Amino acid sequence: MIALLLRDMTLAVRAGGGFGLGLAFFLIVVVLVPFGVGPEAAVLTRIAPGILWVAALLAALLSLDRIFALDWEDGSLPLLATSPLPLEAVALMKALAHWVTTGLPLTLAAPVLGFLLTLAPEAYVWLLASLALGTPALSMIGTFGAALTVGLRRGGLLMSLLVLPLYVPTLIFGAEAVRRGAEGTGATTPLLFMAGITFGTIALLPFAAAAALRVNLR
Amino acid sequence: MPDLGKYATEVLAAYGVSIALLIGIVWISVARARKVRRQLQDVEHRDG
Amino acid sequence: MSIWEYANPKKFIATTTPVIPWLFAAAGVAIVGALIWGFFFTPDDYRQGSTVKIIYLHVPSAMMAINTWVMMLVASLIWLVRRHHVSALAARAAAPVGIVMTLLALFTGAIWGQPMWGTWWAWDPRLTSFLILFLFYLGYVALWQAIDDPDTAADLTAVLCIVGSVFAVLSRYAVLFWNQGLHQGASLSLDAEENVADVFYYPLLLSLAGFVLLFLALVLLRTQTEIRVRRTRALLARSRRAAPEARA
Repeated sequence: MIALLLRDMTLAVRAGGGFGLGLAFFLIVVVLVPFGVGPEAAVLTRIAPGILWVAALLAALLSLDRIFALDWEDGSLPLLATSPLPLEAVALMKALAHWVTTGLPLTLAAPVLGFLLTLAPEAYVWLLASLALGTPALSMIGTFGAALTVGLRRGGLLMSLLVLPLYVPTLIFGAEAVRRGAEGTGATTPLLFMAGITFGTIALLPFAAAAALRVNLR
Repeated sequence: MPDLGKYATEVLAAYGVSIALLIGIVWISVARARKVRRQLQDVEHRDG
Repeated sequence: MSIWEYANPKKFIATTTPVIPWLFAAAGVAIVGALIWGFFFTPDDYRQGSTVKIIYLHVPSAMMAINTWVMMLVASLIWLVRRHHVSALAARAAAPVGIVMTLLALFTGAIWGQPMWGTWWAWDPRLTSFLILFLFYLGYVALWQAIDDPDTAADLTAVLCIVGSVFAVLSRYAVLFWNQGLHQGASLSLDAEENVADVFYYPLLLSLAGFVLLFLALVLLRTQTEIRVRRTRALLARSRRAAPEARA
């Protein structure tokens, strides 16, 4: 399990693995927003929580199709399936690797980008907390989506269509937590809801992802 | 024709669009059913 | 004789073929009757004026939009547990009907919302939930169409349907939470059921019955179609295998 995790992480960090692309994408989306809505600080402060969350979500989406695609192409996925490790654990480790290489950097980079959008000072803690809690759910849901579409040519676009509606609850609670944090009106409730979603997805979706993988490997 | 008052456009538009959509899905379903049934018959007959 | 006998495609087609025209006829009579009744013979609401007549389209389509998804969920579960092809194909056949119903509900809702709330669209919890439901339907249909092998497609869409159901319910509550957080005390309630008077209630019931009948007729017909498509493909594949030299 640990070996698989380490292997996936080194693969992702190595050149061509897509590591850093997600971060760059996050940066670009956030930079583009003021060009779109105008440089007024008041407006930016208001929409900053939502923009940061949506941008992080899209950045996480960008690297999802790499979770299984490479293993599918070079044939190591069937090997993983026949290894003593249950596929559920494989799915979980894949999600974890995706989170460490995408969700974690995004979380750490978000406060810096918060400055660009003049995020309210009180909101930084909540931004960090909500992203740290929410991005694992994004990775896990994404792993499920990637498992569904792994055998398809041009599956990336379809996967976005499947995965984005599933992201709705996480996004709502995440952005709501930051917004309430900025206003100082009880951000813990949405944060707790989101933690519930995250742990729920981590507990249940590996089984769904493994089921989808088994079907695709049949 | 009942007097629809000032909302006549809205009500008529809602009815028109809805009926068009319903007829549309029925029509598509029936047309496809016919086509597929014919195809299946062709295949079954060809194989004897 | 158990209900599972109908899982045999031949038996299914034989049983449903005589029923379908009657279902269509009954649905047509009920819907046309309800709409004529509602359109010509019910009074205007004292607050909403004539727009209240949209209820005969809006409420049934909204109900069927949700019921279709529930039916797809049940069919998917049956497919995963008992591996009856008819079940998987019925789920596939129902999805486009669900899309049309969702569209109808959204559309009539927008037309109703314009004069009543002064806006075509508000990010009201119910409206938003329906939009999300619409996206789920789109994803489901897209996944069916993307996969060539019918059994793989059936399995994957069934898994998606189950996971999607959980997330659809989650989204429903998340959206409720989100909107309350946005504008406290906003009362864009679509809950017309509570104050619907008898004059509106009976034509509405008839319309509901008509929509249910129409849904049944459409799903049965479309399931038959899917079964025939499957059989055609299987026969073609078999004849190709049987006579490779004939083609060469």
